[in-house]
Amino acid sequence: MTREPVLAARKLVKRYGKVTAIDGADFDLLPGEVLAVVGDNGAGKSSLIKALSGALVPDSGQILVDGNPVRFHGPLDARRAGIETVYQDLALAPAQDIASNLFLGRERRRPGLLGRVFRMLDSGGMRAEAERVLGDLGVRVKSMQQPVETLSGGQRQGVAVARAAAFGTRVVIMDEPTAALGVAEAARVLDLIGRIRDRGLPVVLISHNMPHVFEIADRIHVHRLGKRVALVSPRERTMNEVVGLITGALRMGENGQLEEVSTVARTGLTTRP
Amino acid sequence: MATKALNRTSVAEFVLRTPAVGPALALLVAIVAFALTTDTFLRLDNLSLVVQQSLVVGTLALGQTLVILTAGIDLANAATAVLGTLLMAKLVLTGAPAPLALLTGLVVAAGIGAATGGIVTSLRLPPFIVTLGTLTIVTAVSRIYADGQSFPVTDGLLGFLGTRQYLFGQVEVTVGMGVALAMFLVLWYALTRTAWGKHVYAVGNDPEAARLSGIHVRRTVLSVYLVAGIVYGIAAWQALGRVPNADPNAFQTGNLDSITAVVLGGTSLFGGRGSVLGTLVGALIVSVLRSGLTQAGIDSLYQDVATGVLVILAVAVDRFSRRRQR
Repeated sequence: MTREPVLAARKLVKRYGKVTAIDGADFDLLPGEVLAVVGDNGAGKSSLIKALSGALVPDSGQILVDGNPVRFHGPLDARRAGIETVYQDLALAPAQDIASNLFLGRERRRPGLLGRVFRMLDSGGMRAEAERVLGDLGVRVKSMQQPVETLSGGQRQGVAVARAAAFGTRVVIMDEPTAALGVAEAARVLDLIGRIRDRGLPVVLISHNMPHVFEIADRIHVHRLGKRVALVSPRERTMNEVVGLITGALRMGENGQLEEVSTVARTGLTTRP
Repeated sequence: MATKALNRTSVAEFVLRTPAVGPALALLVAIVAFALTTDTFLRLDNLSLVVQQSLVVGTLALGQTLVILTAGIDLANAATAVLGTLLMAKLVLTGAPAPLALLTGLVVAAGIGAATGGIVTSLRLPPFIVTLGTLTIVTAVSRIYADGQSFPVTDGLLGFLGTRQYLFGQVEVTVGMGVALAMFLVLWYALTRTAWGKHVYAVGNDPEAARLSGIHVRRTVLSVYLVAGIVYGIAAWQALGRVPNADPNAFQTGNLDSITAVVLGGTSLFGGRGSVLGTLVGALIVSVLRSGLTQAGIDSLYQDVATGVLVILAVAVDRFSRRRQR
């Protein structure tokens, strides 16, 4: 690896009682890439992503931003470090309008006395900015004053992604952005991800959808039993091979070659060294 | 067909986005109905009385609106105000300076609000249960403090909100009306023009989304209960302006009446939707209904029936309009 990762994790561990959600996981995101994180249900992808986005504090291990160790105590800390997350349930306030949602939690105040003393919001400015951001990313909606609950699933995803893209300066993390969408809307969101990468912002994409992953990802991080078991290129590996890594039918050998794993070992019932 | 459907959705959308429209129409219908069926309803002195009669519950309802917007509910608001009236009146009677008595009432009310908010946010208990507890406690404390007595208000400052003025020589207005209007304007501004207001709505709408958006959910909820407590303190002052006597048994249904006003005003009990403008209208609807039905010669128990029916209707409309959106 020649380039320094924008966001990295070393030997992260998170336990809930006897359950180990993250079991010494490593993670590396390079500048300008779309990194897909794939894994079976319960493999610990969500926990890993939550740790990287500050929503979960790991028990041990290290998170590095541009090579510097950081500690996130909440989502705000990660956001301050320029890491924006699009959660699977989008974290939008449905009754509020698009502009309010885009600036939710970081509203802009009017300049001068009105803003400083009367704390008045710059509603017009935020609307204009929201319009610009959504326009740039090609998210089409009727009006910035539309409540989010009146939008289609794809449009909502668009608003959430636009929010992350507008405020993210280092990394955008997306959790299953296409899972709830139809074919056409999913294609539009994949386009959006590509556009964000083209602006130089690296994207972490958590997805179950192999065709989507192979369409957009530059590298694939395979997560299994709480840790990274492989880091592969979609150009060098087939979907079947990646699925094999996810299920444990295949294993990444020391020499970078894939090896078949016997059924007994795969179930994880045996004690590992 | 297609355009008809389009119109219907855009009308529904408009009503959803400005939830005070429906209640305002209901208020208008009630006023017109009573104007046509009685000779006395539209008289200026009667209209003034209608507004005056809605002041205390209306003020309680303003605080209640804030709490309900966070998907909470406050059963102890009227009890808090009653304790406030007792403190203010009894302290003055025992020789304390009026400004100090007034301030004590306000601070205690604010303190009860802050304590409620603290319990709700730190122990993560349902507001319904917490305020059921504080309702019981505060009511008991009031009775203990009053010791079976009520306290007449003779002081000018405590009764100040009842001060009457005549506009154009015939429209009776009180200082309390002005104070209520000012409070409404302040709360309307805070809810619609500041980040705090956006956060209050977001927290009621979806607390997890609010948290992930970087909003300090607990701090916001706590601030809401604190502000509501201050509002209840002002409601106590309003009450002394209306009736210059602090009675531990007053406003026993004030909590439910304030919820009625909030719900009639189109604010959702599920949180995150509604407005103080709606609550103002809701409080007026209750008052108009009572006054109009009285003048139409209808027994007050039937007025309660009518109010109850309206509340259920209002909640049903809220539920229905929300389901359409899903």
